[in-house]
Amino acid sequence: MSANHDRANLLEVRGLTKIFGTLAACNHIDLNIAKGEIHALLGENGAGKSTLVKMLFGSLEPNSGEIFWNGQAVRITSPGLAKKLGIGMVFQHFSLFEALTAAENIALSLNDGSPISAIAAKARALSYSYGLPLDPESLVGDLSVGERQRIEIIRCLLQTPQLIILDEPTSVLTPQEADKLFETLERLRAEGKSILYISHRLEEVKRICDRATVLRHGKVVGHCNPRQETAASLARMMVGNEVKAVVRAPAKGIETAPALLEIHGLTRKPATPFAIPLKNINLSVRAGEVIGIAGVAGNGQGEFFESVSGEVLQQDPGSVRIRGKDAGGVSITGRRLMGAAFVPEERLGHGAAPRMKLSENLLLSRHATDGKSFVGSGGMVRNGSVYSAAQRIIAAMDVRKSAPDPEAAALSGGNLQKFIVGRELDRKPSVMVVNQPTWGVDAGAAAHIRQALIELARSGSAVLVISQDLDELFELSDAIAVMHNGELSAPLPIAEATFERIGLLMGGAEPGHAEHRMETA
Amino acid sequence: MMRLELVKRPQRSALFSVLSPFIAFALTMIAGAIMFALLGVSPLNAFNVYFVQPISEVWQLHELAIKAAPLILIAVGLSVCYKANIWNIGAEGQFILGGIFGSIIPVLFPEFEGPLVLPLMLLLGMVGGALYAAIPALLKTRFSTNEILTSLMLVYVAQLFLDWLVRGPWRDPQGHGFPQTIQFGDSAVLPELMPDAGRANWGFVFALVAAVTVWLMMSRMLKGFEVRVLGSSPRAGRFAGFGLSKMVFFTFLLSGALAGLAGISEVSGAIGQLQPVISPGYGFTAIIVAFLGRLNPLGIVAAGLVLALTYLGGEAVQSALGISDKVARVFQGMLLFFVLGCDTLIHYRIRLIGFAAPQLEAAPKLEEAR
Amino acid sequence: MDITVNILLTIATAATPLLIAAIGELVVERSGVLNLGVEGMMIMGAVGGFGAGYLTGSPWIGLLAAIVVGALFSLLFAVMTLSLATNQVATGLSLTLLGLGLSGMIGTSFVGQPGVRLPNLDIPGLSSIPVVGKLIFGQDPLFYVSIGLTAAVMWFLFRTRTGLTLRSIGDSHVSAHALGIKVIRYRYLAVIFGGACAGLAGGHLSLVYTPQWVENMSAGRGWIALALVVFASWRPWRVLAGAYIFGAVWIGQLHAQAFGIPVPSQFLSSLPYLATIVVLVLISRNKRLTMMNTPASLGQPFVPDR
Repeated sequence: MSANHDRANLLEVRGLTKIFGTLAACNHIDLNIAKGEIHALLGENGAGKSTLVKMLFGSLEPNSGEIFWNGQAVRITSPGLAKKLGIGMVFQHFSLFEALTAAENIALSLNDGSPISAIAAKARALSYSYGLPLDPESLVGDLSVGERQRIEIIRCLLQTPQLIILDEPTSVLTPQEADKLFETLERLRAEGKSILYISHRLEEVKRICDRATVLRHGKVVGHCNPRQETAASLARMMVGNEVKAVVRAPAKGIETAPALLEIHGLTRKPATPFAIPLKNINLSVRAGEVIGIAGVAGNGQGEFFESVSGEVLQQDPGSVRIRGKDAGGVSITGRRLMGAAFVPEERLGHGAAPRMKLSENLLLSRHATDGKSFVGSGGMVRNGSVYSAAQRIIAAMDVRKSAPDPEAAALSGGNLQKFIVGRELDRKPSVMVVNQPTWGVDAGAAAHIRQALIELARSGSAVLVISQDLDELFELSDAIAVMHNGELSAPLPIAEATFERIGLLMGGAEPGHAEHRMETA
Repeated sequence: MMRLELVKRPQRSALFSVLSPFIAFALTMIAGAIMFALLGVSPLNAFNVYFVQPISEVWQLHELAIKAAPLILIAVGLSVCYKANIWNIGAEGQFILGGIFGSIIPVLFPEFEGPLVLPLMLLLGMVGGALYAAIPALLKTRFSTNEILTSLMLVYVAQLFLDWLVRGPWRDPQGHGFPQTIQFGDSAVLPELMPDAGRANWGFVFALVAAVTVWLMMSRMLKGFEVRVLGSSPRAGRFAGFGLSKMVFFTFLLSGALAGLAGISEVSGAIGQLQPVISPGYGFTAIIVAFLGRLNPLGIVAAGLVLALTYLGGEAVQSALGISDKVARVFQGMLLFFVLGCDTLIHYRIRLIGFAAPQLEAAPKLEEAR
Repeated sequence: MDITVNILLTIATAATPLLIAAIGELVVERSGVLNLGVEGMMIMGAVGGFGAGYLTGSPWIGLLAAIVVGALFSLLFAVMTLSLATNQVATGLSLTLLGLGLSGMIGTSFVGQPGVRLPNLDIPGLSSIPVVGKLIFGQDPLFYVSIGLTAAVMWFLFRTRTGLTLRSIGDSHVSAHALGIKVIRYRYLAVIFGGACAGLAGGHLSLVYTPQWVENMSAGRGWIALALVVFASWRPWRVLAGAYIFGAVWIGQLHAQAFGIPVPSQFLSSLPYLATIVVLVLISRNKRLTMMNTPASLGQPFVPDR
């Protein structure tokens, strides 16, 4: 073990192992967390971080290994027991109930039988004392992701835990909200609480964490003091080898290139009680450029994607134009035939049918395009050519798989995403709209996908990327617009964009005057 | 206390896809043996009467085909619905309406004869079934009304409507007051396939043709792909550009038309007139047939024959052993239960966790020193 | 006056089984499980109740048997859908089909036999008060049970912590599992409660409503109870209102037939079913209301990973 033998360990993990089928998601993990420290758990997507914390919180049971709490061996068989010990958890994908109020949500994890009104009062007081104001009576479904995270944190704090586990807490926050969270965490540390901080964001780990444990492919590959490391050295530990940096060749002659995707005054009423309305969105993407759309989750990105793709049609045919033609009343199939391609955020169940083979999933978005090469006259599917096209994409995108034509659900997130992006790139679309291209994807696959998107743009296509990952947008985009509460700011050229400026827009600040780009558009 | 735990398989098991109906059938046999024993009948004797004797002669095989034809026709249509995750459970009503529509010509225009009569009747039967199925489809797409409840309610309405017809306006004036229509003329009766060997009629051929056609559609055509995508992941289906509303209409109209065809075939072939009751619950039994056939049209042909046998067996045990013919329904219900349970094995491995497993509610071992 | 009272009494008698079955199913659906086997559990309760009452001569034992049979029958559904994660729609359907068959087989020997009837409550003095006396103090015991059950379920769902937990499972079984709530255990109990209620409703049919055994005597009431839950958008007091509206339709068409209204009796008999469709359409037209109230995980199988 590395340092800190002088400080008493609150939690000690030895040889913890969890096996799913043939895959060792966690392989003999050792981990020590001292009292009063912020301990980072670093690792790529799929490195085993979530599996490890689920075992610590009792929602998964390990195959082998030991856990010591305050020096005593414990078996954490249920979340209830974890709570009793003093372990609290803030989930990455929140474990909240949308149809219930904040106070009811909190009451559900407290198990103390006191009336809801008393819990609400306690929650309100605690939330204000930590500077995370909260209205206990509000329905969770009506709240933003930032507010939902507050409920999770307050709910966790009300259990007066000694150890708080936060799973990727900043992935849903603006940079400014993240700063606020860091203040809270530092205050908790000062109160003597320990924090296990899970992230793949190196800068914030360097900023707030005292120690770090790095995971790769389910194994601990190192312990370190992140303050003494550089972001590059941490990344090397995490990924194992150098990830090829994404190269963004300068875009030439964009100003005079034709706009291939134009959105004029796009407006949409909310379709469900908790949906975000879109308000008068304007944007144009020219041949050769990548435009990024930043924004905190749940600010209308999903609704926007559905409208642009044609999964939902528009009243005004001119509100979406593809290659100079009105497409607002055209279905998604029609828009594909006009030269557009789409990659949705959710891979399983939206971009791909989980229980269908890759070749069948190829047909999903390409049954109407490509002339008659996949579906012949009379509606008969040409299985042979579908299969060989799927194999072509698998080879081009380096999709790793265990069978010649496996079901989509059998692939890892990164490999499936490579297939889905590759399926669209294979058509050489003139307009490409991608929502969260590398969400939950490992660094190697992410770099591959990003590079492919840039190259598509430079070969003369218009590429629109919606993402919640600012690092990604800064790597990819020629200009970044921000979506907040169903409204889209004008794009900022990448040269003028900074994290802070984009962050303010994500938080809903007024766009200001820097947006001269629209006038030239 | 024992506990079942399901462990998801990485891929669906090909072995259990094939085996599961057979395991289910075997389990049904075991349960059936217990049931017969409880009823005080030797299971072996009962099985002989139930499953063997009814198909030991050629004419009996014809009877089997007569019973199997409507089951297969209806179940083939329903399988498409269920694959699309659309729940038409009102096939019984669509069957009845098919019978009524198809009977318009022989009942109201008995003097109209000739080779055109039968095709027109069959067509009308399909139209009747499809139109009746269009009601829940319309309500589902227009108002998102639950199709399970509406299609089922329409069964009761259809039964009452038929009852009124044969007791009221369509009653045979020379029928001595019996609630039935006139006997159909010769050109309105579905011909028998091999009149010398038995009573089986063209309905069975329709069933086989429908099964093969739908099998081709589901396995080789884009339409079948559309059905499977929308059924398994509707969101991905919308992304593919397949419309759910269109699919609701397609599946309801298809299954309704096939149920209607089954209805008029039954009325015109097996009965020869309309009566207050024209179906011993074919529309509901077909649901079992569809699942027993694993929603595969070719599997459904086999399943239809098995379920037809349960009907014949039920009649046989009633006459030979004095057991209620309701025993057929019990067999059918058990079979469906076991089929559904066994299908779990395709996607999951089952682990039994007994007393020995310590993780069950284990008390915190806080006191235990390390 | 007496006619009005009698009509109101018969409406209550017709509404009671619908209410009991629907309240049970409401709890099941609030936990996120869709059990389409209500009709089957109800008919099993009816035959079990009649049989036990007929054999022992005690309607109370019959009632108890109805509850037990309904609960046991629902256990079958619970094992299939909760432990084996089978499709809830298909399993519920098969429960109904099996129930109709099994009850027919069991009941063969009961056909035409005289049954026993649960006596009405009769409080000397009180039940002879004009008009309200009979309505409030002179009905069958299950009338009071049904009203009490509705109130109890309301209180349970919206005033107790266990009720809150049950609703949370119906909203998101994934979140509930992450918090350490025993999703499957709660659902088992909910399904069994629903089965007991459906059985009791069936017992009402064969021990109060028409104290005899007639094959398929539930006549679609289980399905109407399912529709009532949707109609009520998963609120107990609206189930109560809905059950009485349907009771009124049911009795109304019977009286219309008796009065010899010149409409074929088959059309009148189909009124309750048509009314169900109309009501479902009216309620589902209001998409926002339906979406806000439908338990979000309704009908979805849940397999916890450990």
